[in-house]
Amino acid sequence: MKICFFHLMPYRFLPDDFEQRYRSVWVDPPHSLFDPEKCSGLYHEFLDELEFAEAQGFDGLCVNEHHNNAYGLMPSPNLMAATLTRRTSRAAVIVLGNSLAAYNPPLRVAEEFAMLDLLSRGRLVAGFPVGTSMDMNFAYGIDPATLRERYYEAHDLVVQAWTRPEVFAFNGKYTQVRYVNIWPQTLQKPHPPVWIPGGGSVETWEWTAKLDYVYCYLSYYGYKRGKATMDGFWEAIARVGADDNPYRAGFLQLVCVADTDAEAERLYFEHVHYFYQKCLNVWEGFAEAPGYRTVKTLQTGTKPQVGAQAKKVRQSLDWQKYLDQGYVIAGSPKTVREQLAECIKSLRVGHLMVLLQIGSMPKDLTLHNTALFAKEVLPHVRDMWPGYKDRWWPSGCAS
Amino acid sequence: MNDGTLVSIRDGAVSFRVRSAGRGPHVVYFHSFHEGSGWSPFLDRLAARYTVHAPLHPGVGGSAGLETLEDVFDLTLAYEELLDALGIGTVTLVGHFFGGMVAAELAAVFPERVARLVLVSPLGLWRDDAPSEDLLILPREDLPAVLFRDPASEAARRWAAGPASEEENLAAQIESIQRRAAMAKFVWPIPDKGIKKRLHRIEAPTLVLWGDADRANPVVYAEAWQQRIKGAALSLLPGGHMVLHETPDVAAAAVAEFVGR
Repeated sequence: MKICFFHLMPYRFLPDDFEQRYRSVWVDPPHSLFDPEKCSGLYHEFLDELEFAEAQGFDGLCVNEHHNNAYGLMPSPNLMAATLTRRTSRAAVIVLGNSLAAYNPPLRVAEEFAMLDLLSRGRLVAGFPVGTSMDMNFAYGIDPATLRERYYEAHDLVVQAWTRPEVFAFNGKYTQVRYVNIWPQTLQKPHPPVWIPGGGSVETWEWTAKLDYVYCYLSYYGYKRGKATMDGFWEAIARVGADDNPYRAGFLQLVCVADTDAEAERLYFEHVHYFYQKCLNVWEGFAEAPGYRTVKTLQTGTKPQVGAQAKKVRQSLDWQKYLDQGYVIAGSPKTVREQLAECIKSLRVGHLMVLLQIGSMPKDLTLHNTALFAKEVLPHVRDMWPGYKDRWWPSGCAS
Repeated sequence: MNDGTLVSIRDGAVSFRVRSAGRGPHVVYFHSFHEGSGWSPFLDRLAARYTVHAPLHPGVGGSAGLETLEDVFDLTLAYEELLDALGIGTVTLVGHFFGGMVAAELAAVFPERVARLVLVSPLGLWRDDAPSEDLLILPREDLPAVLFRDPASEAARRWAAGPASEEENLAAQIESIQRRAAMAKFVWPIPDKGIKKRLHRIEAPTLVLWGDADRANPVVYAEAWQQRIKGAALSLLPGGHMVLHETPDVAAAAVAEFVGR
């Protein structure tokens, strides 16, 4: 079992009445709410937390990409990963990832990931998300009708740039390059492991399964709601006739550990509430550009993670509901251990990603949560899935 | 009016569902984001004097082949091929918002095919100081106030009336998303796709028609369109962005007066 520490890098200083006064945390939150002095401090705080996680024994450190977003201050996760390569030496550096369609030419991703792989001495996991509608269609202006086609084409170009031995020409619909020949090349061969963060698109399950990549569901709504999505992935795996190795799957879960269940509520409620009420406050119009999801996925009837309906559900939440619905696994070490084991088993995930810095959680509390998790929870779940080989773990990390 | 016939071009790579009605000279109508099935009381009135053809855009309600069309130019060529397939030589074009852009592109690229041109609050120009509303993404409950001069009017209420059952509701939502997605492909994220460089090529006598209370596509654009098209006439009608649906009689009369026979 691999346990990874995931960081979103949220802005911690949104005003108390943010969700009443502003329509969206994403795409158009006003600059007047942004304090560069504070953000400068936050970056160092967040990097300290990631480095601390390695020291505490986490297997991997995860960063991701968002744009125009007050809960994700990482337009370039590669910059954060680069600093981590210098201050860590053991953990996998998991970039989840680079939204391929946003790079022109997408060779930039092949090059930067190769640099990160070399800098980290082969500890890189290369993540390729399609990217959310907010990031890709609104913040970056990419037309939803062609986003997925651009993504698939860019993926083919990047993988070919990593693996083909010769200089070659790439005559794509969206990218034409006469001389593809990236320097440097990756350290891991044939290339770093590829993980695909997805949001429940039917097509992504099939595609990930066929290409033998890891599928990661980065859900904010916990393992109970995440089960339908992960089941969909495992069904796709069965359809292509692949084995059911749990290391094919990754899942993000919010976790809060304290000495007792009551203490967990006292310490963490305000920060969890900040996350769900402010950080996920996305205007309905931005939740999903027309054409972002395919008709096949729309027909499954699943709703986007943000938007008006999601907001209505979130507004009624109190601590007990966050827990009962599994959005957050929180409580004493015993409580967390039991629920996390259930989460891992029911979703069949070999790569668990935990979010331990949540919403407005300050550094001292994040370190407390991280240390308690590492000491009281991590050793008890580490030995799950014995007998399975993780073929999707970077070769530069001791396994 | 009927459910339309399927007309294919490019060996079937693109097919249009074309609804036709009426008799008399040919008029082709191009619809916009929020016109549902593509037929309306306005078109009924036009059909009293003309043979009206209303093709659904590729990707909308049974018209297919969107994935093969790359940009506005490609779409324009496809519509010219549709005119051939329909056996129409020279024709009057009418279009609303997105459809107005399509009609103007056709008239600019193929000036010899267009007899008269009627642009109803067309999309395609852009001013930073007066952006048109992002109609593709506005939540449904916010639309009536932007689309209609009076959101409490009969026309607005008829437009807003949705299906009752949950299942129909999902189907209706998917239809709406598909319809908007199909047109978004050509105008995302800003509808300025270069038409301003082509408008001088239009030869057809042109009427620019606008609702005087258009909150979606500000009236400042009306003058810009009129100025850029040689000899274009401008007519402001009492109404909002959906003026064709708000006052179909007045709008159809204005079109008929301009087009004649």
